[in-house]
Amino acid sequence: MSAGPVIPDFGDPSACVASDATFCADWFTDHWWNLFWPALLQHLELTLIAVVLGFVLAVAAAVLCHFKGWLAAPVSAVTSFLYTVPPLALFQLLVPVTGFSVLTVEIALVLYSIYLLFTTFLTGLREVPGDAVRAARGMGLTRRQILFKVELRLAVPSLIAGLRVATVMTIGIVAIAAYVVDKGLGSLILKALQSPFNTQFIGAGALAVVLALAADGALVLAGRLLTPWARTRRA
Amino acid sequence: MSTEKTPASAQDIVFDHVVKTYPNAASPAVDDLSLTVSAGEICVLLGPSGSGKTTALMMVNRLAEITGGDIRIGGRSITDHDPIELRRSIGYVIQQTGLFPHLTIADNIATVPKVLGWDKRRVKDRVAELLDLVGLPVAEFGRRYPSQLSGGQRQRVGIARALAADPPVMLMDEPFGALDPITRERVQDEFLALHERIRKTVIFVSHDIDEAVKMGDRIAIFREGGKLAQYDTPRTLLKEPADEFVARFVGADRGLKRLTLTRLAELDLTPATSGDAALPAIGADASLRAALSLMVAEGTDAVRVMESGDGGGGGEVGAGGEGGEGPGGAKALGTASLDAVRKAGAA
Ligand SMILES: Nc1ncnc2c1ncn2[C@@H]1O[C@H](COP(=O)(O)OP(=O)(O)OP(=O)(O)O)[C@@H](O)[C@H]1O
Ligand SMILES: [Mg+2]
Repeated sequence: MSAGPVIPDFGDPSACVASDATFCADWFTDHWWNLFWPALLQHLELTLIAVVLGFVLAVAAAVLCHFKGWLAAPVSAVTSFLYTVPPLALFQLLVPVTGFSVLTVEIALVLYSIYLLFTTFLTGLREVPGDAVRAARGMGLTRRQILFKVELRLAVPSLIAGLRVATVMTIGIVAIAAYVVDKGLGSLILKALQSPFNTQFIGAGALAVVLALAADGALVLAGRLLTPWARTRRA
Repeated sequence: MSTEKTPASAQDIVFDHVVKTYPNAASPAVDDLSLTVSAGEICVLLGPSGSGKTTALMMVNRLAEITGGDIRIGGRSITDHDPIELRRSIGYVIQQTGLFPHLTIADNIATVPKVLGWDKRRVKDRVAELLDLVGLPVAEFGRRYPSQLSGGQRQRVGIARALAADPPVMLMDEPFGALDPITRERVQDEFLALHERIRKTVIFVSHDIDEAVKMGDRIAIFREGGKLAQYDTPRTLLKEPADEFVARFVGADRGLKRLTLTRLAELDLTPATSGDAALPAIGADASLRAALSLMVAEGTDAVRVMESGDGGGGGEVGAGGEGGEGPGGAKALGTASLDAVRKAGAA
């Protein structure tokens, strides 16, 4: 083994890289625009698509089950079964059908997150104070108006809570999706696994953590803005 | 509670052999209910838990569908209306008010006007008018959330919200049930004063006989099984309970309760003499019961009746100067003796 740099073709190695240090900040910043930033954007994109799709499907399923109570048990059974399949196995199952594609990744991500979203949303809808709904009915709001003006509005804290867990979880699973598509921070990590040079691996991993924290923070903030009534409890 | 003034906006409500049997129930929740609530009156539905009061109320706005008989509002059967339209024309207040926690006070009140498609200006004016009516200035309270109000204030907002589209009829299901006794009494007084002005036809569910006697022009007493036991004015109900059940329900102290129905001002007072100065004083607004209580407490057999303020039905000001020497120069109107109180109460 030579003592020289292991990462090939990135120009003259700096002192840090040459000494094979654990983390080289200069190498990280040098490769921000051509390596980390694009991967971060891909990671975010894969996550967003999955979470938005999962959100829409889960809200639709929860509303349907809220209206037709008998649907809740079967929907819950199916989604919880999907949740028990390990994500990696789910990818494996889908590849023969949809290939090594973004589609495969998104299907798996959505199927995996939907159980969590669905159960929190349904609970949120069911926990809307019965008094408010009875008052709304008694005032002559239609079923639709009650759903949109009362129930979904009061379920916002649950929607946000579900989204927070699902988003953080999805950001983690997208990293594994690198086995299927060469995208996201996961692919940087996967490639770096074979090399003793750790900066790429550590940098990508840290970015995934930062992304998860930032997404979580953004959702908390959105929740605050959407629920002004919850901030004004009497002292 | 006079019933002469009945503006065109109020409508009578007729229950015509109404039956409600819930699906899979062995017996009806409301069984053959017939009664008429005259326009502008307050009718209190009173009875033990499970006797069908809420069910009877919810049939009026079709939150529960009748399974027999008919209910007519202003002569028109409720089944002729679309349920949504019907509900928008009926004010509805429930216990804990059912205010929407996620909407400001102003938006809560604006709910029905908005779904009715009123323009912004009109909605805003109506909200301000109603908040004013219940004594909560819009500038101070309009932008608060329900969690930022006291229980009594929330209840007033609930009433304002029910009045938003100026419905001829109001349904109130134990609206003051969750309030502490002092607040409840104040909100009751306020509602009676408000009712004097707006004269809606009101059906009011209660399980408290004292509240029923105070609020009701007429009281419908329900017994188990959703049967109407008696429908009468409070005075008649207390004087001539139809049967053992009603007598037990209104309580052994129904004689005392009857005393609450008459104010000292309604008595022929004995002219005041110089010897009366030692007698305990009480405002003319006070009920005969309060006067009797004062006599017992002070060990006298008469009270000195003082002129009271504006005599309006309570309102914000603490209930008429019970026993106190009115501040400044309250004038003595005369005296009321134990005997006079007893006779007036028995009448
Ligand atoms: N949605 C429903 N389905 C089936 N039965 C019902 C329903 N609502 C009420 N009941 C039954 O109807 C009867 C009357 O109930 P209701 O709520 O009208 O009584 P209430 O007089 O209002 O009692 P409370 O003073 O406790 O509020 C009860 O036996 C109750 O169990
Ligand atoms: Mg009830």
